[in-house]
Amino acid sequence: MSTSTLEPKSTSAAPAGKSGNGAPRRDSYEPNMVLATQTFDVVGTRPVRHDGADKVTGRALYGADLALAGTLHGAILRSPHAHARIRSVDTSKAEQMDGVHAVVTADDLPEAEDKLVDVGEGDTRLSYVHGNVLARGKVLYQGHAVAAVAARNQHVALEAANAIVVDYEPLPSYMTAPEAMAADAELLHSDLRMKEFGEQTDKPSNVAEHFHWTAGDVAEGFAGSDVVVERTFDTATVHQGYIEPHNVTALWNHDGRLHIWCSTQGAFVVRDVTSKILEVPVSNIKVTPMEIGGGFGGKIPVYMEPVAALLSRKTGRPVKLVMSREDVFTGTGPTPGSHVRVKVGATADGKIQALEATLAYEAGAYPGSFVAPGGMCVFAAYDCANLSVDCYDVVVNKPSSAAYRAPGATQAAFAAEQVIDEVASKLGLDPVDFRLRNAAKEGTRRADGPKYRRIGCEEVLQAVRDHPHYAAPLAGPNQGRGVAVGFWFNVGLESSCTLNVNTDGTVHLVEGSTDIGGTRTSIAMQAAEVLGIAAEEILPEVVDTDSVGFTSVTGGSRTTFATGWAAHDAAQKIVAEMRARAAKLWSVEADQVQHAKGMYSSNGNSIGFRDLAALSSKTGGPVSATATVKPRGVGGSFAANIVDVEVDPETGKVEILRFTAVQDVGKAVHPSYVEGQMQGGSTQGIGWALNEEYFMGADGTMENSSLLDYRMPTALDLPMIDTCIVEVANPGHPFGVRGVGEANIVPPPAAIANAIHRAVGARMQRLPMSPPAVWAEVAES
Amino acid sequence: MQSIHVRTKINGQAAEFLCEPRQSLLEVLRDVLRLTGTKEGCNDGNCGACTVEMDGRIVPACLVLGAEAEGADILTIEGIAEGSALHELQNAFLEGAALQCGVCTPGFIVASKALLDSNPDPTEEEIRFWLANNLCRCTGYDKIVRSVQAAAEKMQQEATS
Ligand code: FES
Ligand code: FES
Repeated sequence: MSTSTLEPKSTSAAPAGKSGNGAPRRDSYEPNMVLATQTFDVVGTRPVRHDGADKVTGRALYGADLALAGTLHGAILRSPHAHARIRSVDTSKAEQMDGVHAVVTADDLPEAEDKLVDVGEGDTRLSYVHGNVLARGKVLYQGHAVAAVAARNQHVALEAANAIVVDYEPLPSYMTAPEAMAADAELLHSDLRMKEFGEQTDKPSNVAEHFHWTAGDVAEGFAGSDVVVERTFDTATVHQGYIEPHNVTALWNHDGRLHIWCSTQGAFVVRDVTSKILEVPVSNIKVTPMEIGGGFGGKIPVYMEPVAALLSRKTGRPVKLVMSREDVFTGTGPTPGSHVRVKVGATADGKIQALEATLAYEAGAYPGSFVAPGGMCVFAAYDCANLSVDCYDVVVNKPSSAAYRAPGATQAAFAAEQVIDEVASKLGLDPVDFRLRNAAKEGTRRADGPKYRRIGCEEVLQAVRDHPHYAAPLAGPNQGRGVAVGFWFNVGLESSCTLNVNTDGTVHLVEGSTDIGGTRTSIAMQAAEVLGIAAEEILPEVVDTDSVGFTSVTGGSRTTFATGWAAHDAAQKIVAEMRARAAKLWSVEADQVQHAKGMYSSNGNSIGFRDLAALSSKTGGPVSATATVKPRGVGGSFAANIVDVEVDPETGKVEILRFTAVQDVGKAVHPSYVEGQMQGGSTQGIGWALNEEYFMGADGTMENSSLLDYRMPTALDLPMIDTCIVEVANPGHPFGVRGVGEANIVPPPAAIANAIHRAVGARMQRLPMSPPAVWAEVAES
Repeated sequence: MQSIHVRTKINGQAAEFLCEPRQSLLEVLRDVLRLTGTKEGCNDGNCGACTVEMDGRIVPACLVLGAEAEGADILTIEGIAEGSALHELQNAFLEGAALQCGVCTPGFIVASKALLDSNPDPTEEEIRFWLANNLCRCTGYDKIVRSVQAAAEKMQQEATS
């Protein structure tokens, strides 16, 4: 049994923020500290979000709220089998039912060409996207869409869908990566050939891809280590769990134009993927992103949009499809379950000598499990010359997995951060100190090759070490404190933004990034900062794909970073134009006009933004600017947790007593929403750690596809989630922004596992750490 | 299917509608009356997005039949603000950044209002207990709980001043 408290660091520096010296007490401590390094006028403040009033009054229109005149309602028939050949589909009875207008199956889709398609955060084979939208020949998971109906209302549609007769020939199904990798396992895809080290092989396999990265000499590193720990870990399939189910309305007009309204993280992805599936030019498709009720990566894939479009083309009317909660669980992307082996060696002086990992992730029915990012992140926090990482992307008979907040990284950290902790404790070192001695820094080479630019790994760990929580005493038996660190890359991709200056001095901001958590405001604030006006004077609007330049998904923690950057660049163009307008007014050259904080001046003349805007008609007409960006300069983000738990040894129930989330965000544009991201990501991590799991029956069907049985955290399960924002400016962004949406979900399961170990001595090697699992481990240890 | 004629009161106004016996109150509110502020997250009583007040009690509208609304007095998110003035809870949710995607927000506000109506000075534990039927996947509840506390404080100040 381990000690139940971590040793407080006697050498810790005085904590930043409002806490003072000496033993900090919880009641004297002000939560949610911000360790700011740069200050601005607007960036870093906390205005009320622009879409707030609509969202607290119920006025905001989400996808399911749309009701176009003449809308038909659809339902999708889904496979009851985890793996089966489709012998035949008989839709005749459904078609004859009163109130039914159309039925579609995969036969209504054009044959998929064998080519790659960008699905938002990377490429995949078009035939896979196609096959997932409507099954052809075979169903690969329970919940796989087989046919769809459009009818007078949703009840009739559902009855008709259930009247479709499908003759299935059940096949053996595989639920985990090790099962599907077994030599005698039947192939899910007869045409799948393993890709190995970037090369296409001709080996038929359920392993879609094998990645391998190596550096230095791990054998030598382990040989020179005083302590070596190796363990394997498994994690269950979990779902993103957004509260709003997927929905779509499509109208294929008689002029050949297709209009789609839906809840998506990327309207342009929906446009482009639908265009490829239906073989319609992108110029004929307009996608209007409705308000979106959560996504977390799970609303990047296209599921029902092409189906609704086909039904609309058949009926000549708008068709609306809304998933049930069960459809969401069984038919949309969960995050992969995983099987991970980690081996770490270190010398007695606390230096890591070798790191080795093998990761096998369940891609679900089609390749693409995000195991590669998992492998890139598994040791991302550590500076070590000897590394070896193997990754296997394995197809299994579960829904085709989708991104979930730092996809792939949480499973990897659950394994690596526990082994790291164990090595630290075997060496008798404080776990934060051990991590700090080995922390990745600028110039460190990651397992997959790239060298870090400026990163905040050390600063995050220092903030953990110096946080009052880390030194606070624990109150009783069966309590323990754990820490863990995690990493996510963040992405840049592409964004567009237009600013239109109004004559009253306000500015309309037009952008194409779905706003899932306040990004209208964080983008507007960056334009306001450049223009020297208030955030409230910018009026942001998220528009359809016909009305703004191409914009990639709201994902990869990129929206505030990249679309905000486009807003920054457009605002700079506005400033240049306003200088020219003032120059005209005063008959000087534009370069003689200075701009600072919204005031334009030259030789004793000065005029504010609002007055200058009012004169735009006299100085040359409307003022407007557009900017597009494809930023390099992406700054990765490190996050760490301090968590206190109490384990009930009688029941195995783990209670979270106190939780602190620390994250380097570069610059918090709107600190309240940054805290919100950290709190939300942490809570999803807590759910993943303690409760959430797909219970699969022996026949490969999900046994807990409701929000009662799939247990996500409620308000009652949690304490306040304290945050500590660390700002290590990203030199690649005008305001130092890195992005905040994802890294925060990475450390919680590992931190909680480490806390459980310190509380009761049990080493948890499987997620979730639900009461029966913890109880069994406690009984054994 | 034979429709049922229902007379009810919604957000202080008399309302009547026709519904099928199988239609839930949630369906009626959203599809028949077009009060789409009440959201659907699960349609089986487990997420709280459809929370409305019915005769002084909060209920998941997805578990009430439209026909059961006969003679009832129903409050939905659309009836929380008074004219152009937001309710203190709505203000507090905005000031406190208690929403991210916002799809759970109507349910939380309706539920929180019922709490403060019956218990104007709830403890953190009481707030968490009361709101345990409402799922939020975005916020981790911290800012929701704090915003309910802030609204309670403000409303008490107003009541005593
Ligand atoms: S929709 Fe009624 S409780 Fe979820
Ligand atoms: S704000 Fe998104 S579910 Fe609560």
